[in-house]
Amino acid sequence: MSTRRKVNIANVVRSLSTQALRVVPFCGAVVAGFAEPSRSPLSPTNIFAPVSTPAQSIFDLSHFVLLVTGAIFTVVVILLTYAVVKFRKTRENTWREPAQVYGSTQLELAWTVIPILIVVVLFLAAARVIASIQNAARPSNALEVTVIGHQFWWEYRYPSLKVVTANELHIPISDPAHPTPTFLTLLSADTDHSFWVPRLAGKTDLIPNHPNSMWVDPHETGLYLGQCAQYCGTQHALMLLRVYVDSREDFDRWVKQQSQPAQLGTKPSEGRTIFETTACVNCHTIAGTPAKGTFGPDLTHLMSRQTIASGASSNTIGNLIAWIYKPDVFKPGCKMPSMGLSVQQSAAVAAYLATLH
Amino acid sequence: MSTELIAWPSSETATPQPFVGQLHQWVTTVDHKRLGILYILYALLFLVVGGVEATIMRIQLIRPLNHFVSPQVFNRMFTMHGTTMIFFVVMPVMFGFANYLVPLMIGARDMAFPRLNALSFWMTAFGGLLLYFSFVGGDGLYGAGNAPDVGWFAYAPLTSKTFSRGHSTDFWILSLLVSGFGSIGTAINIIATVLCMRCKGMSLAKLPLLAWLNATMAGLVILAVSPLTAAQIMLLVDRYLGGQFFDTQAGGSAVLWMHFFWVFGHPEVYVLVVPAFAFASEIIPVFSRKAIFGYPIMVAATLAIGFISMSVWAHHMFTVGMSAAGNTFFVLSTMAIAVPTGIKIFNWLATMWGGQIHFKTPMLFCIAFLFQFLIAGLTGVMQAAAPFDWQLTASYFVVAHFHYVIVGAILFTLFGAFYYWFPKMSGRMYDERLGKLHFWLFLIGFHLTFDFMHIPGILGMPRRIYTYEPGRGWDIWNLIVTIGVFFQAAAILVFIWNLLWSYFRGELAGNDPWDAWTLEWSIPSPPPAYNFADIPEVRSRRPLWDLKHPEDPDWHYE
Repeated sequence: MSTRRKVNIANVVRSLSTQALRVVPFCGAVVAGFAEPSRSPLSPTNIFAPVSTPAQSIFDLSHFVLLVTGAIFTVVVILLTYAVVKFRKTRENTWREPAQVYGSTQLELAWTVIPILIVVVLFLAAARVIASIQNAARPSNALEVTVIGHQFWWEYRYPSLKVVTANELHIPISDPAHPTPTFLTLLSADTDHSFWVPRLAGKTDLIPNHPNSMWVDPHETGLYLGQCAQYCGTQHALMLLRVYVDSREDFDRWVKQQSQPAQLGTKPSEGRTIFETTACVNCHTIAGTPAKGTFGPDLTHLMSRQTIASGASSNTIGNLIAWIYKPDVFKPGCKMPSMGLSVQQSAAVAAYLATLH
Repeated sequence: MSTELIAWPSSETATPQPFVGQLHQWVTTVDHKRLGILYILYALLFLVVGGVEATIMRIQLIRPLNHFVSPQVFNRMFTMHGTTMIFFVVMPVMFGFANYLVPLMIGARDMAFPRLNALSFWMTAFGGLLLYFSFVGGDGLYGAGNAPDVGWFAYAPLTSKTFSRGHSTDFWILSLLVSGFGSIGTAINIIATVLCMRCKGMSLAKLPLLAWLNATMAGLVILAVSPLTAAQIMLLVDRYLGGQFFDTQAGGSAVLWMHFFWVFGHPEVYVLVVPAFAFASEIIPVFSRKAIFGYPIMVAATLAIGFISMSVWAHHMFTVGMSAAGNTFFVLSTMAIAVPTGIKIFNWLATMWGGQIHFKTPMLFCIAFLFQFLIAGLTGVMQAAAPFDWQLTASYFVVAHFHYVIVGAILFTLFGAFYYWFPKMSGRMYDERLGKLHFWLFLIGFHLTFDFMHIPGILGMPRRIYTYEPGRGWDIWNLIVTIGVFFQAAAILVFIWNLLWSYFRGELAGNDPWDAWTLEWSIPSPPPAYNFADIPEVRSRRPLWDLKHPEDPDWHYE
């Protein structure tokens, strides 16, 4: 005889979804081809190689969803294949029409109710992850960074640290025991963009007049790649993302260095004169000089970055000269104009920029 | 039902017309069959154009840092490919089949409004020409570029005057406005025809599934295309009359455009796929030699899909920063649509179960459709789980997913429909060997392209990029995807050759080459202008079955 017990729906749901997620490790084979330890060569932007909590929760959910959809796929494919093979026309059965069956209420009820139950389970699993990521509390020690999307580069502002940089985001590692997550406020200066570094988190759009936010808490240091995932114009393809996850000491050192003004020599160089007497200063800032433009990336510590043109090219003196001389060579359609400088003048400007460590 | 209720008039003795006279007849026609064929030929022309655009993109992406086309050209190609395939291929071809088949299947002599029908076709036709005229007239300003390059969903504020100079975006807006009115006209016509033109005895419960599904599609067109048309007008106001609906620099909302577009865009998917279900629901029973399994629940599932599809649009917007509650709601509504869709797959399966499956070309395409639509549905469920979608959306995974729907499900059943009704439309049989060659080539090409396209998406490759860096692990998959395109192109050439050759040289088909059961097979192929000499009277969903099996008619059981 059964005993009457008080049933708490919330508890049932919680235990059901916990049970469901417990199956997850067993279906690793489904994604075994893609799931990989970090630094494996398959792809630096593999969504199945998470190193941060939001990406990890999505990864766990995806295991469960793949398990359920994989099971449905297997059952239906077996039934379909059986029907196609078994009920094909043969020499023996063509002499008369098969028995006409018009339907079966029991069967139709079965394949209505069972899918409804599956949908409920999948919905609950998804709803749990949505809440855990979107409603996560913001701890007081979280780092705040404002990300501003531009055609076709990224501006990063650290309001509490007085740091402004471009295209290469530096954030500290977060120890799972004592999390120090980074919260990103996402803004756009022009069209829609989307911030997507697959190993850290899912994507979130940057929409003008519509501030968004997201967070990451990477557990491993290293360089994580991504790129703009919302079509934003001609050079959408070369609006690349580079996120450097630093150890706490490295990050503090980086912040200290970035918050200094530019370290300039006493005698103005030829390149500096050209830079400050052309339209360069209308778009670029070099802290400590008259250059205070904000349309283009801040160049105060340009040489601390490994790439130029939003990751489109490595930051070498040769590339800098070519970039200044004709930006269209690296990024056809980019918003930086060719200033009509000669190769020698471009080289002088590049030489000046190369002093901005 | 007795024989004399269906007339079998002898073939027409038409006097041959000179070419100009024939052309004049086609241009001024209000005959639903001719308009249907015009729609279909028009869509086939644009299928080739859209296919060429896709091929250009795939050649550009065959290897990293390729220089086949410039970024500007690539961006125009994906905008034109998407716009063309949705608005000027799949919608017109579905309207064409609906136009041709619905009156024949319900025992009518024409659509309810023949002149509106002609007007709608020509609106759609000129809409497409207007879009392509942008290649010539889109410049407007020196260096502003020609064809539109804002993507087929044209997110604000990329479409504002600031970011889209010249007239390319105007051509995009106007062509969709014009063809949108055409679509609404045809939709009204289909609904009126199904409601008012049915022959005696054909209650809604005896309506062929194809007519039911096309009426549902037409209802969705009215509900979905209207907001799109409104949004296009608002965008024109923004661009030329100082409006600020979507102008973010003046306080407008980019998200508002997304809502307008996807309130159209998601029902639109069902506008395209419901007629594909309609083809499968006619072809699978005939080649399994069994009545459709569970007719009432098939109709109910269709209507359920229609209703639910109106409430799922924001699953295209999981990454735009909706609240957790908003995202959760759209997860539920989106997953709910899997239930009626699953019912349909199981009912088609049950229709084949216990039948005698004839592997003619139309049936091969429908069987492939079942497998492929299953996969498309399951990858859809994956993306319905919003957090998973935060990774998958706007990547090549989603591109693979919707091409699995549009090519793997819709285009496959469409090819099935072409082969199935070609004898009725042309009066001649297609070549079965060429048909099978087309099927296998296209099947190989489809799977090479769209199976492998999921993988770069999982590896982080966003859509709409004209080039990519080496070292991301995307190279080999993109190469395979591009190779598949050439198989598909070869298959399309075989298909077109088969249609042309069979039109002139094919065997005569007779009235009823498939031993089928719906009314269109009771009249000559091609049907005379008046369709039915005497309007038939039906007593069941399969009038010709009753005719062929007077000892065991359907109306005993329905």
